[in-house]
Amino acid sequence: MGATPEIANIEELVNRRLEELLPQKLEEALRQREESRTPSMAIIATRGTLDWAYPPFILGSTAAALGWDVSIFFTFYGLNLLKKDVSDLKVSPLGNPGMPMKMPFGPDWFKGINWNIPNIIQAGVPGFETVATMLMQQTIKNNGVATIDELRGLALEADVKFIACQMTVDLFGFSHDDFIPGLDYAGAATFLPMAQKADVSLFM
Amino acid sequence: MNFDKELDARGLNCPLPILRAKKSLAELQSGQVLRIIATDPGSVKDFAAFAKQTGNELLASAEKDKEFEFFMKRK
Repeated sequence: MGATPEIANIEELVNRRLEELLPQKLEEALRQREESRTPSMAIIATRGTLDWAYPPFILGSTAAALGWDVSIFFTFYGLNLLKKDVSDLKVSPLGNPGMPMKMPFGPDWFKGINWNIPNIIQAGVPGFETVATMLMQQTIKNNGVATIDELRGLALEADVKFIACQMTVDLFGFSHDDFIPGLDYAGAATFLPMAQKADVSLFM
Repeated sequence: MNFDKELDARGLNCPLPILRAKKSLAELQSGQVLRIIATDPGSVKDFAAFAKQTGNELLASAEKDKEFEFFMKRK
């Protein structure tokens, strides 16, 4: 049964109007949804040295300040960043040619020198790492860069969620008493769904 | 420019000026203005991005004598 010419005409007009309106409405709805959504970030922190302690805490605390939901999953050497006392984190210039070796004191010409110390000396001199760590700590202080303890505190205060990998806790013979309170202990099956939903997911 | 609270972030480096500003803004009422002084050259772009993302309006951003001054209105 064929439609009368008038109905066919109306249908065509309605269809044309819908085609015009739908993309606009859809775009508007999507935009509103995007604006009202809270962004999220999931980080895996795997390193336990003073230099590598910075990226997860800097990005975590800053994302929280931007209003994001943040979770950091600490595994392997990253567990060191959750210890009650993080003042003993060390940095090693050994085998790290990208690390500038500059003195944080003395006149400017002296501070500008990049000490090119061969690996064999770095490896052979007892206490080299300790000295390098002290120099790094002084440089951090001179530059008004926060301490790890301070950044970690700011991240926790801003509700960044810390998750410790239970498998590595057992593997390295740690106990929950070694770490700051307020941690979740979990595994890969907890992290992955978080990372799946996160807008930003980083491995450090 | 009038302001209701001031934050001295001089000598602080990334990300501390932003984190401190976030805290200071939380102590203000909606519509009140925070004045921030910083020395971190990276803070110019960072405060602009922070304002855009959080909806707190950056009313002014200026540099004088290697210091950066920002006025930010709480959302």
